[in-house]
Amino acid sequence: MFNLLGVPPQVLFGQLLLGLINGSFYALLSLGLAVIFGMLNVINFAHGALYMVGAFVAWLLLTYLGLGYWWALLVAPTVVGLVGIALEKTMLSRLYKLDHLYGLLLTFGLALIFEGAFRHQYGVSGQPYPIPDALKGGQNLGFMFLPNYRGWVVVASLVICFGTWFAIERTKLGAYLRAATENPTLVQAFGINVPVMVSLTYGFGVALAGLAGVLAAPIYQVSPLMGTNLIIIVFAVVVIGGMGSILGAIVTGLGLGMLEGLTKVFYPEASNIVVFVVMAIVLLIKPAGLFGRER
Amino acid sequence: MTAKTHLLGSRPAALTVRGTATGTALLFGVGLAAAVAAPFLLYPVFLMKVLCFALFACAFNLLIGFAGLLSFGHAAFFGSAAYIAAHAVKEWGWAPEFGLLAATGGAALLGLVFGLVAIRRQGIYFAMITLALSQMVFFLALQLPFTHGEDGIQGVPRGLLFGLFDLGQPLTMYYTVLAIFIAGFAIIWRTVHSPFGQVLKAIRENEPRAISLGYRTDRYKLLAFVLSASLAGLAGGTKALVFQLASLTDVTWQMSGEVVLMTLLGGMGTLFGPVVGAGLVVTLESYLASTSLPVPVVIGFIFVVCVLLFRRGIVGELLARLPGRSR
Repeated sequence: MFNLLGVPPQVLFGQLLLGLINGSFYALLSLGLAVIFGMLNVINFAHGALYMVGAFVAWLLLTYLGLGYWWALLVAPTVVGLVGIALEKTMLSRLYKLDHLYGLLLTFGLALIFEGAFRHQYGVSGQPYPIPDALKGGQNLGFMFLPNYRGWVVVASLVICFGTWFAIERTKLGAYLRAATENPTLVQAFGINVPVMVSLTYGFGVALAGLAGVLAAPIYQVSPLMGTNLIIIVFAVVVIGGMGSILGAIVTGLGLGMLEGLTKVFYPEASNIVVFVVMAIVLLIKPAGLFGRER
Repeated sequence: MTAKTHLLGSRPAALTVRGTATGTALLFGVGLAAAVAAPFLLYPVFLMKVLCFALFACAFNLLIGFAGLLSFGHAAFFGSAAYIAAHAVKEWGWAPEFGLLAATGGAALLGLVFGLVAIRRQGIYFAMITLALSQMVFFLALQLPFTHGEDGIQGVPRGLLFGLFDLGQPLTMYYTVLAIFIAGFAIIWRTVHSPFGQVLKAIRENEPRAISLGYRTDRYKLLAFVLSASLAGLAGGTKALVFQLASLTDVTWQMSGEVVLMTLLGGMGTLFGPVVGAGLVVTLESYLASTSLPVPVVIGFIFVVCVLLFRRGIVGELLARLPGRSR
């Protein structure tokens, strides 16, 4: 058995895989945050809570209706997206003319409501969610064992991330979206219904969070607290990557997940804070973030 | 971004600051008399909790209300100062006054570090950065040995203040806390009314203009941040003495959110708003504790209502409606 840098390869690759999975979730969530921020100029604090709601919808579907994982993958993001559109229509849309910080405060309140309500109903302990039959088992890659489900999560989130990137950067709809980000008034003058587009963008962004929640359900337990602790790390990821580019959000998310995994191998005590330390260093060297531009 | 946006809408804040001297003096007199008489009518520990949070909220308001900086990580200063005070008094056997000094100094240092990192970005980014940094402090508090993890530092002795006053007596402790609060409030009052405070307000209103007038705005913001952090630390250290406990609760992001709510509810940018907000939130929470309603849901609901309908806060609304003082 050979060692890599004094660490058995199983441990190293195992943690790297774990980091890659965490990174996939960071990427999915920071992608949603970036899409929403680009269009609405709102930092969606409720993003983590809606990720949790996505996971809970999956769990509720299974527990009460017997609908399995694949249905949940479809239904949960739809539900979360619709909730998001309702929130945008009734509340967020009233705040666009004000300081952006009010959007943060409002979504913070919403996050407390969602989290508090689920916590009140289901307690703090996690609910287990089974891995779907088709994805049980794993592959022996020689240097490590890869559970199928984890491989699926990494592949699925990469596909979603790059699909979103493609849709925004390379399609006509994406072009409208980017144009409306730059100058909503002008785009509206060209006959595009910008308010509807804004609602749909928010719905899409939070649907991504809901989808991430379903993907996460079999890996982490479904718990009311799963979202908020994650969202703060994702905020740090967003600050590191900068809000400038979609691709930046994806790359930074994955990269920081891996970095966290590596820290767990070599200096586990620091694994909780490494992302924040990186954030501080990036801010001191390049305040706009790695991929950002100063707004 | 800073040039266009005002967090406070139209300006009740400026009015309070300029407010008529007699009205303010009257308000002070009544408030002080009420505060002195209060422990004979209400439970002193509850009042001390209100005072600690009121000072905390006032310190937070110094940033958001007068410099336009939304810190979402103030629990880091509050909580780590509580740990420092508790550790100094319990483990090192320091007198309470030195424990509080150490807590304030520690929070000031932490504020300097946070400030140096966070003031490099503005607006939403500033909020996210302070939140992330405070989460780092939370993880440190969870892992460092001297904080005793989930248990916190328990059974902190209150000791003798200046070697004379036994803080074990509830009334002595109460008046000490009241004196600390008044001192902290006076510092904030003085800061807001000083030329330094005027520059801060100029930065809040229009930072590029302040820069073009030759002010090094980063230095002003940093100083305001450190001052706010120190006072938040003073509040946290005092709370550790009052409850004889420093725990993880005080460093969580929920605590940061709570102080935002107190300030928002009372009125950002008004001097008395945070005091009113702190009183209301603490009262509400102690009431909710005896019911089965989930506290975070109620708090979140108030947040949403405040942001949507009530952005000036209670004191802000009152000031805006006072005859002859509205614009």
